[in-house]
Amino acid sequence: MEKNIINVKNLSKSFEVSSKEPGLKGTIKHFFKRQTKSLKVIKDISFEIKEGEIVGFLGANGAGKTTILKMLCGLIYPSEGSILVSGYSPFRRKDNFLKKITLIMGQKQQLIWDLPPIESFYLNASIYEVDKFEAKRRIKTLSEMLEIDDELYIPVRKLSLGQRMKTELLASLIHEPDILFLDEPTLGLDINAQRNLRKFLQKYNKETNATICLTSHYMKDITSLCRRVICVHNGSISYDGQLDHLLNKLTPVKEILIVCSTEEDVNKIENYGFTIKNKIKNEITIKVENTAITSSLRTILNNFDIEDLYISEPPIDEIIGKILIKKKL
Amino acid sequence: MNLSKYIKVYTKFLHTSLASELEYKTNILIDLLTAILSLIGSIFLLSIFFQNNSSIGGWEFEQALIIQGIYTILNGITNTWFNPNLSEIVKHIREGTLDFVLLKPIDSQFFISLKKINPSGILEIILGFFLLFYCMKINQIILSFNLLSLSLITIFCSVCILYSLWFFISTTTIWFVKTWNATEVLRSFLYIGRFPLNSFSFSLQIFFSVFIPIAFITTFPSEVFLGISESWKILLEFFVAIVFLFTSRKFWLFALKFYTSASS
Repeated sequence: MEKNIINVKNLSKSFEVSSKEPGLKGTIKHFFKRQTKSLKVIKDISFEIKEGEIVGFLGANGAGKTTILKMLCGLIYPSEGSILVSGYSPFRRKDNFLKKITLIMGQKQQLIWDLPPIESFYLNASIYEVDKFEAKRRIKTLSEMLEIDDELYIPVRKLSLGQRMKTELLASLIHEPDILFLDEPTLGLDINAQRNLRKFLQKYNKETNATICLTSHYMKDITSLCRRVICVHNGSISYDGQLDHLLNKLTPVKEILIVCSTEEDVNKIENYGFTIKNKIKNEITIKVENTAITSSLRTILNNFDIEDLYISEPPIDEIIGKILIKKKL
Repeated sequence: MNLSKYIKVYTKFLHTSLASELEYKTNILIDLLTAILSLIGSIFLLSIFFQNNSSIGGWEFEQALIIQGIYTILNGITNTWFNPNLSEIVKHIREGTLDFVLLKPIDSQFFISLKKINPSGILEIILGFFLLFYCMKINQIILSFNLLSLSLITIFCSVCILYSLWFFISTTTIWFVKTWNATEVLRSFLYIGRFPLNSFSFSLQIFFSVFIPIAFITTFPSEVFLGISESWKILLEFFVAIVFLFTSRKFWLFALKFYTSASS
């Protein structure tokens, strides 16, 4: 049984924010007398994450995902509640704790802009007290996994966004952290670069048993990497559990498109008692509950003369869209 | 604190920042030329002040040149270390890249204060020392071990005071987000440090000793060089440097508790 590596209990966070009325009058008023109010962005959340788990944090912009991630890695001090990450209280930022974690942000970079990434890798290695030979070995292993080679010796400013993200990952993993916090790591990357990054993260998790906490607006990142998701809505957790269960819950029905030999067969299927979505010439689409998929397929194959069939689910983005706006799932 | 780790990391800082700067050769040449021209311009300006007066505030031209020498050394240190690093603090906080610094197992103040160097400032430091040695010759100052060590200690103290002031102002960015102007004002006050404190009115002398301690930054070390400083001034300089360093450190650690990071 794997132990919990992250324990969060009754966590809340409030920020002081200032608001400004529009126009010149509002600007002058704002300059002399700033109206501030306390905004509770995280509201009494609790969860646990096991060692080696990949957990996706889902939520609309401003829901509080990044704030949670930043509190987990010790950047932001919680207003209430407790956090334990790998046995440490993150905000104390003890060296031994910092050596166990890494934060990768898709929209921010730490590599030295004018130099090849290899220089930043060795700098990070000296900060994390990784000796030169060990650093060399790790760079070799990670660069093979990330499929980068020449890019290590080209100034960062000359690299494409995809190449830069790979080198950013390498720089963040040189100390072999146990926990990876990834904040929208595939932001702005093309489809191939996104796929490569996901492949790498899967492999890294499998080989090192590292725990990964991820936020992303690209649903493919979540569906291909995370078995478990935590949905955040207005600072509260609206769902915490298996992604499959959530998808089943939100889409209890699948669609089956049946291509028949003749229109006569289409009429037979129509009269059989299935719920019909639509029919066009010799094609008919029926709706079947997830629990009845197997029996329905058996009935169709045994009783009708069909040429082909396709099972489709509503697009994942559509389902996730529902998640983002629902308070309770 | 693991000293050997910090030495190793600083060596890497030196290596990477030199390599970064050397990527832009023309920029370095322009900086070097600017440093030389700036020193010539400052000496010319000082000579204009002394054209009709043999002494200002009790300081003769040859003695005032010592202040210019110390100012040049300090300006060189500012351009080599403070400007490339401390000006970046505002950027780090505004853009949220301070996150990367805070998540590294290294002292954050060490990291953000020393990560970069600008090699062209080193020429200014060398020029400043040349000017100082030239002034010692024309002022017929005999360099003894005591004088040299006392002078270097006071210069070191003035560097600490200047660093602490700059770092303190930059730290306030955590609350105020934008404080470029405040550091620019500090640099402008430093220009005043090219002139002897006695050349200003009494009220300004108080202001530049108490509120903006320019007196501690250039005038007191110059007096040590000339052998006209009193021992209480040296002790006071040392005490002020320690207080400033301690306060700026504590203030940084306090301010970090309020760091909210930039939104993604």
